[in-house]
Amino acid sequence: MLDIENLSASYGEAQVLRGVSMSAGKGEVVTLCGRNGAGKTTLLRCVMGLLPYTGRVSLDGNDLARKASYQRARLGVGWVPDDRGTYATLTVAESLSLRVSKDGWPLQRVYDAFPNLYARRASAATKLSGGEQQMLALARVLRMGSRLMLCDEPTEGLSPLLVEQVGAILRQAKEHGVTVLLVEQNLHFAATVADKYYLLAEGEVRPTTPDDKELLTYLGV
Amino acid sequence: MAQHIFNGLVGGSFLALVALGLAVIFGMLRVVNFAHGAIYMLGAFLALSMPSFWWALILVPLVLAAGGMVLERTLVHRLAKLDPLYNFLLTFGLTLIFQDLVKWRFGVQSTPYPTPGGLTGSVDFGAFDFPAYRVFVLAMAALICFGVWFLLSRTRVGLIVRASTERPELTQALGINVGRWVTPVFGFGCALAGLAGVLAAPMRAVHPLMGADLIIVVFAVVVIGGLGSIFGSVAAAFVIGVLQALSEAYLDSALVSQILVYLVMAVVLLWRPSGLFGREESPA
Repeated sequence: MLDIENLSASYGEAQVLRGVSMSAGKGEVVTLCGRNGAGKTTLLRCVMGLLPYTGRVSLDGNDLARKASYQRARLGVGWVPDDRGTYATLTVAESLSLRVSKDGWPLQRVYDAFPNLYARRASAATKLSGGEQQMLALARVLRMGSRLMLCDEPTEGLSPLLVEQVGAILRQAKEHGVTVLLVEQNLHFAATVADKYYLLAEGEVRPTTPDDKELLTYLGV
Repeated sequence: MAQHIFNGLVGGSFLALVALGLAVIFGMLRVVNFAHGAIYMLGAFLALSMPSFWWALILVPLVLAAGGMVLERTLVHRLAKLDPLYNFLLTFGLTLIFQDLVKWRFGVQSTPYPTPGGLTGSVDFGAFDFPAYRVFVLAMAALICFGVWFLLSRTRVGLIVRASTERPELTQALGINVGRWVTPVFGFGCALAGLAGVLAAPMRAVHPLMGADLIIVVFAVVVIGGLGSIFGSVAAAFVIGVLQALSEAYLDSALVSQILVYLVMAVVLLWRPSGLFGREESPA
């Protein structure tokens, strides 16, 4: 499904990622752990085509090197950004109709899964609570019928009830064969959805497990 | 009082039309189009070359839209991925070129433009008489602002333009080819500036620096409204237009009127750094 090989990326002089290689199979939830500033968001942005990189990112064996971010999105890559990506000038309903795919969730299914979004469908997205904004960001990607979801800390700042709801949505997506690359600092949450773990530190990545002592020490858990 | 508010709304109409184009272009391209004032000036001068005002009203925006699209594809587009300073320098350089071309062709003196036939009298609103041409300008500006509002808020194209204007990177990541909309939007912004120039010709002195005089105020208006905020720019344009007219009338000082816009900008920026209707840039 997703294969990242020897990926390196820099911000000007500062090299953030060095030869990162990792993979995620169909229907797998792969969690990427690491401290703040380790380069987790940078990696997701590279996969989305929002940052230049060297190395190879491929989806189902097809190299995405020459694909712009909108083309990657159309190929099935969905981005749930860390700031939740809300539009101040769009209502909830408009946000959910920006990009719709026949493989994506119908609007009614989204509203059934997220009743709050239905209740607030005419509100500006920025008027929603943090949890509702997160649901909107997830719902938007589900509407697109993405096969690969890049979720950047989707539980950050959410109440335990909402964290549970995010988990349920990710598990539901996974059951339908959607692959999730999850950047997450909340290991307890990650353990409820993840199949594989990677630790990103000093710009390099290595496989890990949630009970890896080195990982726990590194994250200060 | 009503007379001054009316004059302020008419002045705000020009600001609104130019600011509207500037806001849309900045929002989608993140380009501070310094040449926007020169395009407004070109609109007024092109009107001089047209057989009539009415033809100018239709043809000049079309000509400038086409010119703007060529400009975007050939020059602005090539600098899009570089530091924004490059496009600022490019558009500033274009301003100087356009101004000098016009000086070379028409001279540096103001060129008069007659009030179009049928709009020379006044319109009786009961207690007040307003010059017919000014009523026409205000009606046109209101009509165009309404048209743009309708296009932006009630159509699929508008939805995409709004999303792309507010968050181009995110919109691109949602599968929308923002680049496809950039050229038409740039042309549309230029058409609005050109239209404002045509409307200004019979009311204001048509001279090579008329755009340079206006664009500084328009930049302030766009900053007050919130960079990239279309609604904010239009609202701020009319508010600033009215405040300028009232200060000229009651404080009897053109200087205060000129300074006022920058005072308002300073206060707004201290209170809301992203402008009245702008939003904070999200972190990368």
